[in-house]
Amino acid sequence: MVRTYALLAWTWTRAAMAYRASFALMVVLGVFVTATDVAVILVLFSHTTALAGFTRDEVLFLYGSAGLPFALCDLLVSNVDRVSQHIRAGTLDTMLVRPVSTWIQLAADRFAPTRAGRVLQAAAVLGYALAVLDLDARRLWMLPVMLATGTVIFAAIWTLGGAAQFLLTDAPEVVNSFTYGGGQLTQYPLSVYGRDLVRGVTYVLPLAFVNWQPALYVLDRDDPFGTPGFVRFLGPVAAGVLALLAGLAWRQGIRHYRSTGS
Amino acid sequence: MPARRRPDHNPGLPLAGPRAGPGTACHRAITLRRCVSFSLYARLARYGFRKHATYVAAALAGAFTNSVFGVLRASILIALWQARPGLAGYDVTAAVTFCFVTQAFIGPMQLLGGGLTLPERIRTGDIALDLVRPAPLQLWLLAEDLGRAAYQLLVRGLPPMLAGAAVFGITTPRDPERWLGVLACVTAGVVVSFAWRYLVCLSVCWLADDRGVMVCSMLLTTLLSGMMVPLTLFPGALGELVRALPWAAMAQAPADVYLGTASAGSALAFQAAWGAALLALGALATRAVRHRVVIQGG
Repeated sequence: MVRTYALLAWTWTRAAMAYRASFALMVVLGVFVTATDVAVILVLFSHTTALAGFTRDEVLFLYGSAGLPFALCDLLVSNVDRVSQHIRAGTLDTMLVRPVSTWIQLAADRFAPTRAGRVLQAAAVLGYALAVLDLDARRLWMLPVMLATGTVIFAAIWTLGGAAQFLLTDAPEVVNSFTYGGGQLTQYPLSVYGRDLVRGVTYVLPLAFVNWQPALYVLDRDDPFGTPGFVRFLGPVAAGVLALLAGLAWRQGIRHYRSTGS
Repeated sequence: MPARRRPDHNPGLPLAGPRAGPGTACHRAITLRRCVSFSLYARLARYGFRKHATYVAAALAGAFTNSVFGVLRASILIALWQARPGLAGYDVTAAVTFCFVTQAFIGPMQLLGGGLTLPERIRTGDIALDLVRPAPLQLWLLAEDLGRAAYQLLVRGLPPMLAGAAVFGITTPRDPERWLGVLACVTAGVVVSFAWRYLVCLSVCWLADDRGVMVCSMLLTTLLSGMMVPLTLFPGALGELVRALPWAAMAQAPADVYLGTASAGSALAFQAAWGAALLALGALATRAVRHRVVIQGG
């Protein structure tokens, strides 16, 4: 499976490299696109020292620790949210008859290596935050766990989004609210948002476990919403459950797909 | 009586004879010549409206996403204004309103780019057809784009405002005069947005690949229009600069008129200046493209 993915991704990479100047430009621009979010954070913090109880460097830590898994998923699996385009164009049918998992084919379809720039940008911000924040070294074991958790959660949300498009063929943009909306939401401390929204992203769509809950542990902070301490460590469980649900939804979508015959 | 030969007459079409009836080239030519006037553009605007009205579900999906992002962005602004009440001359309600008004502009002003099919038509060569149409390409597309914007203002503009009103509460202008000013400024904003996107699209004639300029344009528009964060928050001279650039005419200026923090007159003057400048640049670029298409031989 991984080999097939790598082969398909390499094919698209070679295609993208055919226009070298364009390729380089897109990598650089990709970095700038995500850097606008950092620019917004810096603009906000030019007027205040704390946003909902968190300092600039803490917010940058949250940004980096969510941005890295988000950018990774944006690079590796986000193309599954183009299901509706394939349904309308009839190209999904050709994918179904090939002897490779449809999900793998879709995730690797139009693989955009230029998005790697965004991964580097998020990693740089995370590195900066780690360098300036005086973090307790005994709590840093959580960092790789939270990055892995975040990657699984975002990949699952994109897969759920792709599955939803079997129903929402005419309105695929709804899915963006949850994928890109999730990316936007996790850039800031959740204490910024209203209580109901935070409940929703903790107990329904577990975006809180991408970075918020584990970051509270790493930063040694109490939850302003008062969740008990053991919740900080529930990330992997939440990610596992969501991945399972996403897998089931995807199978349901594929099973109930009726070709348009085009 | 032979039909008068127009400089942009397509030599591929036969010149019509005197007995040409309805449906023939002559009839069409006469009808079209009569239509090169306000009524042609009004009709194009109506077609632009109807073309986009076909995709209701897509527009509503966009409105939903804009509303969700509105809630997320407004929450951040609320946190900032709680730390700094009265920042930049807005109170919390004004900041929240600003956020949802600019989210409502994403559709009509196409702040995330797109809205014109021009790059595709340039690549396929269909642009040659567009250039021989009986009206200037730029005005033709502007009329269509105004129709599109009118539709998207209704379907993608209202839902975010309603969501903002339901979740946080927003202010609305009281007197009808200010509503009129808002409407004028939104229209002017769409014109500036079109003029900018038209230029971006035409650049495809010189660059083989349009993705680079499209991303550049999106980058400038999202950050410098005030959609991501009010331009009044940019510090010092940088703030002065970004508020004088054309992108400010697309979201910041009409939003300020909506909030009453700027007068409609000064905002319109600012938008008109940039609109005129960009449209003039677009007209020049169109002329250059016309020559280029001829050179390539179609």
